[in-house]
Amino acid sequence: MSDITTGGAGRGANGGEGPLLSVEGLVKHFKLDPKGLFDAPPILRAVDGVDFDVMRGETLGLVGESGCGKSTTARLVLRLIEPTAGSVTLDDVDVLACSKKELLALRREMQIVFQDPLSSLNPRMSVGNQIAEPLRFHGIGDKVDRFDRAREFLEVVGLSSDYYDRLPHEFSGGQNQRVAIARALILRPKLLILDEPVSALDVSIRAQILRLLIDLQGRFQLTYVFISHDLSVVKRFCNRTAVLYLGRIVEIAESESLYREPLHPYSQALISAIPEANPDGPRADSLGGLEGDVPSPISPPTGCPFHTRCPHRMPECSERTPVLKEVKPGHQVACFLH
Amino acid sequence: MTDAPGLHGQSMRQRSAADLRRENLHIMWRTLTLAWHAYAKDKAAVGALIFMIIVVLIAIFAPYISPHDPTEAVGTRGGLPGTDGLLLGGDMDGRDMLSRLFWGGRVSLLIGVVPTVAATFIAVVLGLFAGYIGGWADQVVMRILDVFFAFPLVLLAIVIAGILDPGVATLILSITVALVPYIARLVRTTTVSVKQEPYIEAARAGGATTPTILTRYILPNMLAPVIVYSTTLIGLMMVVGSGLSFLGLGIQPPDADWGTMVSDGRAVLKRAPHATAFPGFVIVIVSLAFSFIGDGLRDALDPRARVR
Repeated sequence: MSDITTGGAGRGANGGEGPLLSVEGLVKHFKLDPKGLFDAPPILRAVDGVDFDVMRGETLGLVGESGCGKSTTARLVLRLIEPTAGSVTLDDVDVLACSKKELLALRREMQIVFQDPLSSLNPRMSVGNQIAEPLRFHGIGDKVDRFDRAREFLEVVGLSSDYYDRLPHEFSGGQNQRVAIARALILRPKLLILDEPVSALDVSIRAQILRLLIDLQGRFQLTYVFISHDLSVVKRFCNRTAVLYLGRIVEIAESESLYREPLHPYSQALISAIPEANPDGPRADSLGGLEGDVPSPISPPTGCPFHTRCPHRMPECSERTPVLKEVKPGHQVACFLH
Repeated sequence: MTDAPGLHGQSMRQRSAADLRRENLHIMWRTLTLAWHAYAKDKAAVGALIFMIIVVLIAIFAPYISPHDPTEAVGTRGGLPGTDGLLLGGDMDGRDMLSRLFWGGRVSLLIGVVPTVAATFIAVVLGLFAGYIGGWADQVVMRILDVFFAFPLVLLAIVIAGILDPGVATLILSITVALVPYIARLVRTTTVSVKQEPYIEAARAGGATTPTILTRYILPNMLAPVIVYSTTLIGLMMVVGSGLSFLGLGIQPPDADWGTMVSDGRAVLKRAPHATAFPGFVIVIVSLAFSFIGDGLRDALDPRARVR
């Protein structure tokens, strides 16, 4: 019983100093099936050296086109897949070095909400039981406690506790996403990774879910990592935003500063492509007038990964890889122009 | 809206264990009624179920309802239906067809149901192991099963019957062994596809261990097609068992199952076609019934097909 009530706040070694989550040099290379019997397996560089810090209570946005490594980064941070290299530190605990038992304890501190709410729920388990499942996994409370707590969290996310026995397919996408959020929150985590939480929802539902997420952040002192390809949502929702391209962060800054004055040519292209609610304005047919497509992460370009499409490319761009450097307070960019 | 838990120090225990029991019973009851509604929408499946209940009852109570001893000659050889006071006539030895059908149902149902159920259990364990672990485990298990695949069923049964004595037990054992690879393949394929569902990853992120994921997430979501497949196999296995009995590997005379009755009837086919036709007809109807029940189960076991 007391196990439940002491959740969330107060756990962990570090009360409030330093970043909650710190990611350094994170790399994930997937080995693909070789074409021929004796060929070396091609390597897909999904995440190719990602560094970022997430401060307590803030919301960090990760944006980029599909295939840029956003979701892989999320899975690596949660250690749902094992990274090739790098380090992830949550509350001064090394996520990648800990044992299975320690990892189980760490799972109480960080949770994830996936993109497609229906497929992220077990189709044959009542939503109430699914919300209670993480408590079961961690042996928290007895059956009655878990039942109570699940009903409570149904109401926390704005659903009636009478819905306990419903199955996911009886719910709308928005309701299912509320269930998924309740399931992620029931362990009272400090960090919640939101992997495109509203992308699969109707536009009319999106605002409700985002509103709920903002409410919950204040109520449970949550820190969010918000992954999205929808820049207009990220702009409103996130304190800071990191732009990913081909498995690397090319720019990271306060959202306000990034959107007002993007420094990296790729960020500029992305932000200029946000559709405006103005039918007479310029049409955003292509990505800010960028030429070509995203190169394959199996054979990424040498040097700066963006140089093949960059309107400002210089000779050195294809030779050396620019690293993130701070050009203004809190505004880092990986580009030789700055 | 309730207060945020944990923020007020003490969490109130608003509901009792009785509430929880009631809720769980309610969920179970609701699941069952919804499943039955989905099943009942298929009229053929309902008819087949009623028919099979009657057949099973007849088989169970065969000693009490049979008009004659099934192994004793009570009429003329190959007597047509109605002669000698026998409703369905006599077989080639003058034994009562009706009584033999009643008693034969016991054996036929046994060699249809028992091997299929046993093989399904074994196949679920093997297929889950191979499909979930993948890699070397998958290769080892599935290649061994491939070897069994390569043996014709009858050949396999002859080997097993050669080691053991012919009889019902041998029949059941050999059909079980022969059936495992077929079901295990389906279990493995379904496990691999369920394993990739996002809710498995969600469970792992929540802190679920591998045994929990297997029993609470993969098994319930993998089982439906397997149960449907196994149900339709029951009818087929009754026929296969009859074939083995025909070769002398299974049921020994004077006992009979429906399959041996068909093959016995051959001898008097021209004079007394009913001796072959009646058991043959029963086999067809019962096999069909199992296949209709399988169709109904497919809907009943799919949560998406259930409507409120």
